[in-house]
Amino acid sequence: MKLLSTLLIGLLFGIGLNVSGMTDPARITGFFDIFGAWDPSLLFVMAGALGVSMVGIPLVIRRGKALLADKLGVPTRRDITPSLLIGSFLFGSGWGLAGYCPGPALASLGTLETEVVLFFVAMIIGMFAHSLFEKWQLRQCAKGKRATA
Amino acid sequence: MFTDLVPFQPWLSLFGGALIGLAAVLLLAINGKIAGISGIVGGLLKPSSGDVGWRLAFIVGLLASPFLLSAAGFSLSKGEIDLDLGALLLGGLLVGFGTRLGSGCTSGHGVIGLARLSRRSVAATISFMAAGFLVASLIHLF
Repeated sequence: MKLLSTLLIGLLFGIGLNVSGMTDPARITGFFDIFGAWDPSLLFVMAGALGVSMVGIPLVIRRGKALLADKLGVPTRRDITPSLLIGSFLFGSGWGLAGYCPGPALASLGTLETEVVLFFVAMIIGMFAHSLFEKWQLRQCAKGKRATA
Repeated sequence: MFTDLVPFQPWLSLFGGALIGLAAVLLLAINGKIAGISGIVGGLLKPSSGDVGWRLAFIVGLLASPFLLSAAGFSLSKGEIDLDLGALLLGGLLVGFGTRLGSGCTSGHGVIGLARLSRRSVAATISFMAAGFLVASLIHLF
């Protein structure tokens, strides 16, 4: 039941991405390129998405639990860190460069078009690289602690 | 109305966006999970038991979505884009690394984080939108 509902919700999310035009990278680069023929699609997609989520998400959080789960996996951190800002900046750079973010990439990966496949493979390598970077950071941190101890 | 997605279609974009928002609300309301795509994919790279199934189920749904739409007769044509290999690969690396370092992407920060008025998500969204404008516009100039 949990898995089936999750799958159907993933399907709905993917239908939204495809219908909204977000799976077309030309729309994204067209939105971000202020010197070209501007494509306002992304603005409308965000307005549609936020129009629903800004009502629904707070309602669910106020309720405090889910239909099929006792706990909500809502992040609790409030600290604005260099990692958050730099990571998001790197992400935005890649988004403006290639025109894909993770959702639309997955929602059009099944077409097996060369460009989305290449993007997806590079994205997974980038995610792996971050895992390695995290491990390296932890090791440096442990070394630092030993050095000051 | 659904036959051609290439010219700018404000109502389709708004409607598609609303479906995305609805899916994000439903995943939290029904399963208690955040529909942040980079987080859902990234979590599979360091799998922990009991935390893999729902991620795969959501991804299968995402992957299946274009086939369902084409089967229903909607054309999913795309605009022409003259992207070179380098831009795609570098873009992919940056998106993968950046979303993990920055704890989220358009969905997690932009759709859900903003809806819960998370200050981290507001900061992240400003940062990635600014970078998107900067990079795409600079490329146009050079």
